[in-house]
Amino acid sequence: MGEYSVLIGGKAGEGINTAGLSIAALFSRLGYRTYMYFDYPSLIRGGHNFAIIRASARAIGAHRTPVDVLLAFDQNSIDNHRERIHSGTTVIYDASQVVEAEGYGLPLDTILNEEKAPRITGNSAMLGALARVAGIGREVLEDVLRESVPAKHLDANLRVAGRGYDGADRVFSVEPLGGPALPVLTGNEVTGLGLVHGGLESYVAYPMTPTSNVLHFLANHAEGLAIKVLHPENEISVILMALGLAYAGEKAAVGTSGGGFCLMTEGLSLAGMAEIPVTIVMGQRPGPSTGLPTYTSQADLHFVLNAGQGEFPRLVVAPGDLDETYAWSATALMLSWKYQVPSIVLTDKTLAEGAFSFDIDAVAPHPDQEPVLWDGTGEYRRYARTGGGVSPLAFPGREGAVVKANSYVHDEAGFTTEAVDETIRLREKMLEKGESLSRELAGYPVVRSYGERNAGATIVCWGSEKWACIEAAEKLGARVVQPLVLAPFPTRAFKEAMIGAGRVACVENNATGQLARLLRQHGFEPGRSVLKYDGRPFAVDELEARLAEVFS
Amino acid sequence: MTPTRPPGRPAGDLISPAQNTWCPGCGNFSIEHMMKSAIAELSEEEGIPLENFVIVGGIGCHGKLTDYLNVNSFYGIHGRSIPAATGICLANPDLKIICHVGDGDIYAEGLDHLIFAAKRNSDITVVVHDNRVYGLTTGQYTPTSPTGFKGRSTPGGITEHPINPLELMLAAGATHIARGYTKKVRHLKDLFKEAIMHRGFSFIDVLQICATYFNLTDYYNAHAYELAEGEVDTGRFESALGKIREWDYDREAPIALGTFYSVERPTYEEKFQALTAGRPDRRALVRKVIEERR
Ligand SMILES: Cc1ncc(C[n+]2csc(CCOP(=O)(O)OP(=O)(O)O)c2C)c(N)n1
Ligand code: SF4
Repeated sequence: MGEYSVLIGGKAGEGINTAGLSIAALFSRLGYRTYMYFDYPSLIRGGHNFAIIRASARAIGAHRTPVDVLLAFDQNSIDNHRERIHSGTTVIYDASQVVEAEGYGLPLDTILNEEKAPRITGNSAMLGALARVAGIGREVLEDVLRESVPAKHLDANLRVAGRGYDGADRVFSVEPLGGPALPVLTGNEVTGLGLVHGGLESYVAYPMTPTSNVLHFLANHAEGLAIKVLHPENEISVILMALGLAYAGEKAAVGTSGGGFCLMTEGLSLAGMAEIPVTIVMGQRPGPSTGLPTYTSQADLHFVLNAGQGEFPRLVVAPGDLDETYAWSATALMLSWKYQVPSIVLTDKTLAEGAFSFDIDAVAPHPDQEPVLWDGTGEYRRYARTGGGVSPLAFPGREGAVVKANSYVHDEAGFTTEAVDETIRLREKMLEKGESLSRELAGYPVVRSYGERNAGATIVCWGSEKWACIEAAEKLGARVVQPLVLAPFPTRAFKEAMIGAGRVACVENNATGQLARLLRQHGFEPGRSVLKYDGRPFAVDELEARLAEVFS
Repeated sequence: MTPTRPPGRPAGDLISPAQNTWCPGCGNFSIEHMMKSAIAELSEEEGIPLENFVIVGGIGCHGKLTDYLNVNSFYGIHGRSIPAATGICLANPDLKIICHVGDGDIYAEGLDHLIFAAKRNSDITVVVHDNRVYGLTTGQYTPTSPTGFKGRSTPGGITEHPINPLELMLAAGATHIARGYTKKVRHLKDLFKEAIMHRGFSFIDVLQICATYFNLTDYYNAHAYELAEGEVDTGRFESALGKIREWDYDREAPIALGTFYSVERPTYEEKFQALTAGRPDRRALVRKVIEERR
């Protein structure tokens, strides 16, 4: 086969996410690249959660509808996924819960009773049965458990996993690949690590799906990464604290989703006017308002491009996978400091909470960038007009400098002014800074493309839809063009990438075609929009079918 | 308007050349001059370098102080000075961070931040220019305006009662609480110095005369008195509370000026300092975290 899809489903509270990650680890151990999509409603217990884990010899970042193995803790996990079951699908189910199914029934209640194991170890029985069905050796299974289960629960899990293993038969054989076992990380985790690579010293956030896990992950590793992690009273406080940190010389980032970002917009404008660097991780989910809190969307593009009063330059990047997330989170932070502009790392639930094999050695890191610091000569002026629009930074506590940051229109020293000439000079300085940033970005991979240039058909996409598009394009013989920087818009690089594009389709997770609108604003014809707005990302096969209609 | 400042300026040279636009007779002048003197004196007496003072302003007439003093400043936005100040303190706890805020600014727009900064015992000083009216937006009522106050947005007079900010701060966990009055300048300066030197969250509500929209000079002159030594036990919550409740910003009563409460507790910022100490190679630490996940 060479490529495998496994679905595991059950009620919220049964540890489906963790079980999914263990399944990914199982394949990863054999040298496979894995991707996991996790789907869950906004409730803590009950309902229906599921994870689809795909493993392949090559890098992947999207799921497919059909699955090879379905692991069902309850009847819903079978009934809700009938379309995924085909003649080759092996079903493994909890025989104590599921009333109607064909496949291997594991009597989990009995097993857990006999092994005197807690309910949550039921996951290990499923994992064991999966290993057996996939022809994966017991040693590999036990290894994976040893690494993922805390020592005091290990024994029970090993016993239960063994029972699962014995409860099924080998159906196919997952051949070990030579490659290294790559760690499996989520978009949120890699965003945090990328920020630290870029120089992060403090992370400030108020919990909100889908970026809460950046907060949890960094808080858990605050000591290991030597950073401060802060959770204040609300998002207004979050961004203001970050601006205070930055004013005093410490590199800070914040994380949120649409609702929290609404509250941050006054701080965003302040960052723009006072020229204080801050990086905002903005994980999209469906709105308006609370929307679908645990699902995915790409509907906040124009919100982040236009948020805040007035006009000021900002950097907006939209990575599509872990490599890009790592490199661009770091770069967003570094460029934010070099140009003293706010930067936004735009992710979404699919990327933020999706898990991927991560090969840090394969990441091509972008160049390091340093902020422009005051050299200590003459009188310090916080907003000195120098070439390129960027004023050297000094921080309070520095002898000989009076550092005056200001939210009003201000003169070079930072004093409030309402004078016509000063107002114009300030505006022009800010515009100039934006142009300098734009020029710098020309040296970065701001637009990426995949496939042959003369393919005759081009799929344009952004963010987490990247990998579904790449796979669909391969099948359809099309090319993919993915702008990674959305502000300042890389007009030149995009134009270059679109030479000979042929027929164009623009794939997005929203209802109005927001990237298409942005392209039109910059003078490009975005072709046909292929949109999905049910809160779920495109499955590769689903996208193939939709694109086949467009390109036929 | 940008001033030219001679190098090595003396401690007293703290008034900037920025043009002052407060109304004649405004209480803000006293606050400005007493803050200037407090900073200058602390610098000389305690050896605190002038570059270690930071003024954080809100928005309102009071906020202009950030322009008028020639020290580091962060002229922020309405109601949000406190989280910015907390961030500054987290980045550099050696700084002396003083928030100059208005009563509309901090008790209306920024109240949540005020309560949480007190709860955390953030090591900052908050000086409220409490003129009990919105000055810069031309005379609307604030959370401390007395019942019946007729402002431009409430011509019939408000039916709400004012909050007693000192009582609120005591309940929230502030570790240093005081009240001053802009006509008692010496006293005000001493309150400033004491609050700035307090380690932890310091709060001073300054009864500030708004000459244009709400001139309470006669009322305050008739009612205000300075707390005598030992009149409150500043280490005891109940003692402070009793004194704080003597006047509720509404009813006719004597108005005590001075320090009501002052206790030592660990500050919010101190536990974070160890985390970022030294100059760690964070990229190596990132690799380590990833390796642990294999
Ligand atoms: C978010 C926001 N809302 C409203 C305003 C308009 N505004 C400016 S100053 C002010 C009130 C100031 O009153 P106060 O804080 O009591 O300060 P004072 O002018 O009396 O010193 C208001 C409402 C603003 N700048 N920002
Ligand atoms: S309006 Fe009131 S507070 Fe504002 S400057 Fe005039 S007197 Fe002072």
